[in-house]
Amino acid sequence: MTAAVMNPARRRRSRWTPARLGVYAFLLCAALFFLLPLYVMLVTSVKPMAEIRLGTLFALPVQATLEPWSMAWQSACTGLECKGIRGGFWNSVWIVVPSTILSIAVGAVNGYALSFWRPRGASLLFAVLMMGAFIPVQVMVYPLVRLLAMAHLFSSLPGIILIHTIFGMPVMTLLFRNYYAALPQELFKAARIDGGGFWRIFLQLMLPMSTPVIVVAAIMQVTGIWNDFLLGIVFAGAEHLPMTVQLNNIINTSTGERLYNVNMAATILTSMVPLGLYFISGRWFVRGIASGAVKG
Amino acid sequence: MSHVNKPAKRRRFSLAANIALLPMALTVLFAYLGTMLWTMRVSVSSSRTFPADDFVGAAQYVRLFNNERWLLSLHNLLVYGVLFIIACMVLGFLLAVFIDQKVAAEGVLRTVFLYPYAMSFVATGLVWQWMLNPELGIQEVLHKLGFEQARFDWIIDQDMVIYTVVIATVWQASGLVMALMLSGLRGIDEEIWKAARIDGIPRWRVYASIVLPMLGPSVSTAFVLLFVMVVKVYDAVVAMTQGGPGTASEVPAKFIMDYLFGRANIGLASAASVVLLTTVLAIVVPVYFVRNRAGKGKAAR
Repeated sequence: MTAAVMNPARRRRSRWTPARLGVYAFLLCAALFFLLPLYVMLVTSVKPMAEIRLGTLFALPVQATLEPWSMAWQSACTGLECKGIRGGFWNSVWIVVPSTILSIAVGAVNGYALSFWRPRGASLLFAVLMMGAFIPVQVMVYPLVRLLAMAHLFSSLPGIILIHTIFGMPVMTLLFRNYYAALPQELFKAARIDGGGFWRIFLQLMLPMSTPVIVVAAIMQVTGIWNDFLLGIVFAGAEHLPMTVQLNNIINTSTGERLYNVNMAATILTSMVPLGLYFISGRWFVRGIASGAVKG
Repeated sequence: MSHVNKPAKRRRFSLAANIALLPMALTVLFAYLGTMLWTMRVSVSSSRTFPADDFVGAAQYVRLFNNERWLLSLHNLLVYGVLFIIACMVLGFLLAVFIDQKVAAEGVLRTVFLYPYAMSFVATGLVWQWMLNPELGIQEVLHKLGFEQARFDWIIDQDMVIYTVVIATVWQASGLVMALMLSGLRGIDEEIWKAARIDGIPRWRVYASIVLPMLGPSVSTAFVLLFVMVVKVYDAVVAMTQGGPGTASEVPAKFIMDYLFGRANIGLASAASVVLLTTVLAIVVPVYFVRNRAGKGKAAR
């Protein structure tokens, strides 16, 4: 009896009280609100234009077609060219892969040096870097354009990769610093006594232990860089415009009849990489949010 | 300084370590501090297409605050920011609390509430632009259902358009608040519930008076993240409304980009970005200061 009194009601699952019904009703309504845009995207993308013109946004397609998808991929107009969004897809891949690797490498080395070696002035540097995370991009963007132009890197693939590395540095450094700071110092001291140098300890001891944080970092960077729009439009140059920019061009700058089904297919195609990563990675994605929340 | 607080730690000098931190030093010096100073310098010059070396005092700032479009964008940012942050906080907190009631299918619900956060603001803006389409979107569905007087054409209404941006971005970002709050809730001691039950305190009171104050760190983290999103809001507006109809949904980030690259007036744009930077620092620094002090207080106990 006492146990039953002591046990909070929330331990019991199956009692259908009005409060419980209210909880489920709220959660169900919220779930509908969150799922609605996904549903509308999917349904619209497989309807022929004739059905879309009926103005039945939520109706299932009568005659489902995959043509909008193939048009979005290979023949929609992203400006003067009408080669679909696949070019943007590959541009994004070419931007995301090296940027992710480079920013993780830099973040890992920074975090390692900050946690174990602490060179003179490093903590001040780190503090400024953390404040840098809050500087609006607009403050930095024009002078960065000029700096890159001086280095002949503006509007080039190496240029945009460098930019993503710079903008990713605060969060990546923080992530790795916190991870390494939680490791026992004795580990490092023992390696020092055994004669390990800076790079040897990093490559042979620290890096192999860093798999979890590298996974989190990779999820964060791939998602963030894939979804970037502003940096891509400014720094990538016409040859390397990422998928998000081309998607926006397809939908907002096209002339003639608006093909809503093609637009939605292109939107899904652009969102597929981060969404796929999210659905596969699940808890890791959430961990990234928690640790990426620049906590200092 | 450091030897007062901590037991003296011997610094390990290593050339390799110093070289390894060179990229970070260069980034801080050039990309962060350098660009910031450069922008401040340009904001007090008469620069238009190219940076000029002269000094015109606060002339650009005076022009900026006489610019209708800038004032409108500031107004929009305020309206948008207040509504977006409140809506995300409230919705995110409620979702977290309701999910925390030992509900069935918790994992599925969490996934559903958070997936929009994986999508880009561009995609978010474009989906909502389509759903809010006045001819074929939700308004038309309402008309077909018999509500012929129903009006939901906010996206082409100069007075309402900014609220559509709020709806779209709240949809995108409130899952983030839920995730942060939920991890905060999971860290709260179960004993509180037993104690409250014995004292006969209703659950909602426990949440309002005990749990919410305990979630302080999650709340301030969420606030800082949302605030940064507010100041950055650009992609969603560009994708959804292009700042229109007219300039009704103009925001500062877009104003600056337009004056930098479209209208080639970098003096004015730099002044605007300095104003934006000042706003950010004025909000973020106190939040950090308060939180760091709170954190130190806890550590001392």
